[in-house]
Amino acid sequence: MAPMVSVVDLHKRYGDHEVLKGVSLDVAAGEKVAIIGPSGAGKSTLLRCINYLERPQQGHVYLDGELVGERCRNGSFQPMSERELARIRAEIGMVFQRFNLFPHLTALENVAIGPYRVLGRPKAEAERLALALLEKVGLGAKAHAFPEKLSGGQQQRVAIARALAMRPKVMLFDEATSALDPELIGEVLQVMRQLAAEGMTMLIVTHEMQFAEDVADRVIFMDDGMIVEAGEPHIMFRAPLQERTRSFLRTVLER
Amino acid sequence: MSGFLEFWRILLARLPEFLPYLLRGAVVTVEITVATLLFACLFGLVLALLKRARVPLLGSLASVYIELVRAVPVLTTLFIIYFGLAYLGIQLPSFVAAVLGLGMLGGAYMAEIVRAGIDSVHRGQREAALSIGMTPAQAMRFVVLPQAARVVVPPTANYAIGLLKDTAIVSTVAAPELLFAAKTLVSQTILPMQIYLLTALIYLALSLPLAHLANAMELRLRRGD
Amino acid sequence: MGDFLQVFADNVHDWFPPLLRAAEVTLELAVLSIAVGLVLGLLVALLKVSRLPILRPAAVVYIEAIRGTPALTQIYLVYFGLAGIGLVMDNITAAVVALGMNTAAYMAEIYRAGIESVHKGQRDAALSIGMTPLQTMRFIVLPQAWRVVLPPAANLGVAILKDTSLASAIATPELMSRAYDLVGQTWRPMHIYLLAALIYMMMCLPLIRLVRYLERGARRGEAEAPGGRGLRRRLAEAWAAGARHGEPGAVAK
Repeated sequence: MAPMVSVVDLHKRYGDHEVLKGVSLDVAAGEKVAIIGPSGAGKSTLLRCINYLERPQQGHVYLDGELVGERCRNGSFQPMSERELARIRAEIGMVFQRFNLFPHLTALENVAIGPYRVLGRPKAEAERLALALLEKVGLGAKAHAFPEKLSGGQQQRVAIARALAMRPKVMLFDEATSALDPELIGEVLQVMRQLAAEGMTMLIVTHEMQFAEDVADRVIFMDDGMIVEAGEPHIMFRAPLQERTRSFLRTVLER
Repeated sequence: MSGFLEFWRILLARLPEFLPYLLRGAVVTVEITVATLLFACLFGLVLALLKRARVPLLGSLASVYIELVRAVPVLTTLFIIYFGLAYLGIQLPSFVAAVLGLGMLGGAYMAEIVRAGIDSVHRGQREAALSIGMTPAQAMRFVVLPQAARVVVPPTANYAIGLLKDTAIVSTVAAPELLFAAKTLVSQTILPMQIYLLTALIYLALSLPLAHLANAMELRLRRGD
Repeated sequence: MGDFLQVFADNVHDWFPPLLRAAEVTLELAVLSIAVGLVLGLLVALLKVSRLPILRPAAVVYIEAIRGTPALTQIYLVYFGLAGIGLVMDNITAAVVALGMNTAAYMAEIYRAGIESVHKGQRDAALSIGMTPLQTMRFIVLPQAWRVVLPPAANLGVAILKDTSLASAIATPELMSRAYDLVGQTWRPMHIYLLAALIYMMMCLPLIRLVRYLERGARRGEAEAPGGRGLRRRLAEAWAAGARHGEPGAVAK
């Protein structure tokens, strides 16, 4: 079976600074992959290349067998049109560190705007769907609240619902809990756990090591733009092979 | 002292004769203001979009225009359009010349205001919109511009107030607005102090309420910060 | 088009010198008006922030009256209006008086925003070591306020320079006046007014650059000053205070 997400030899540079130095990765359908590593390792950039918010200089990304951001014509690769890119992006859900909820819309409208404006569903149907998703993440009662009235944890849960509203094939979590106060992290992780149990394919960049160990099928350690080591969680966290992995885990787990 | 009283006696006595004449001019002032506002908003939007255009030449042209038109007095721009174009064969009525002359600068201001508004919307907003599958155009339409609009309103109101006062400049090309009406009245009655005082009061009556409105709007928006 | 440029080439050496000489008058008018405005404006600002009974409302009325009426109307009031009640002055004096009073009203608001930008605690500390309010203003508040005051003040200076063109309406011998006369002699309005525009650009563009430089300097100082984030808002308020014709603060962009 083809992998749900396939990343082939990604290189990404900002000016002189090379952030991704040849990253390749396959994620099977329903697999949960946790990505850990020090800041600046390129973890976020990797995620942002997968939904083509960043354009890699080299390498390719495939979603469920389909090229992302490019088309292959007669053996050569050309950029995809904005319209097609938008369509593919709808199939990839992204949850940002800073939530990025739309402040001029209520929670309900934030979740409904995708199905309504992008997928073209009738407004009433989109709002019904949105309400169901909000209830699923435990925020049905806050449907008509504006983001500024919600706590960080609540906002992030709305953000997850917003991404889910597009029925994505894979969910990308870019340090989804890093900007949250400690007591609010749990409610977001709970939603993520629930999603995982339902069989969603997930790529999770995180510093929550315990969560990673509980939920992930595979853990990837990135450093300095490359994948250093990957493996099953209990091996990665207890007996990693690489020294770099070991020293990173030492500094992180000591906290 | 008697001179002082005499001044006010004359003013009050001839008020019913002066006021309607001046108020007719004030109506034209408001008309010019509204027309220019619309023109400037349109022109400014065009300039702002040109600046963001993919074609670098258009962007530079727009930028250079904005830089230069702000370094020249309105009077000069107005004369170039009214007298200059007449010399080239295009005789514009003074109302049109007024709107164009004021709008040339107004467009530059509005372009900056629009640009600041769009820039004020956090980059993450656009990314979130893109990530749920919106095209860049949809992202601009449903997420960025609605938020930018909120930021754009106070400076636009501010501009409108300044514009109202600037319409006085077009009296120099005989546009029949308030100050021109005042000048005409003065030449007929030789009562400059009374008439210009009245004129100033009418301008105040027009601008002060606008200023309060703009202030109130700004405070309401500031609270959302 | 060729003819148009040919006319320029033939006559520039006749037209440019008199216009430049008139531009000197423009600069003189601007400098005098700004000087008047800086001093008078400070007085009015201090009156406005004070609690003095009759003088404070007078300052407020002064500021609102001038900011709410067009500069050209003020020029007519000073030149024609005052003459009508027996106070005659020449057109240069009238221009300086009118523009000076105009500048003062806007400067007063800029000063006020600058004064208010200085943290309240500073004043409390100064008073608690026994300084009088006046000493506090002189040694503590004003020295800190100038950083916030300078950029919008410079911006106002550019606006005044452009507003000297209005004095042409009372035949003050500045640039636009001279241009108007020249047009009367030569019947070439397009060329001559474009030349005038060029000369204004030559004067204003470097000044606008200076304003941007000052604004960047003020922003940099914001990082070091106490109450950092609020300072950005105070800066914006100072801009708004000095804003004429609704200029967005984006001169500095």
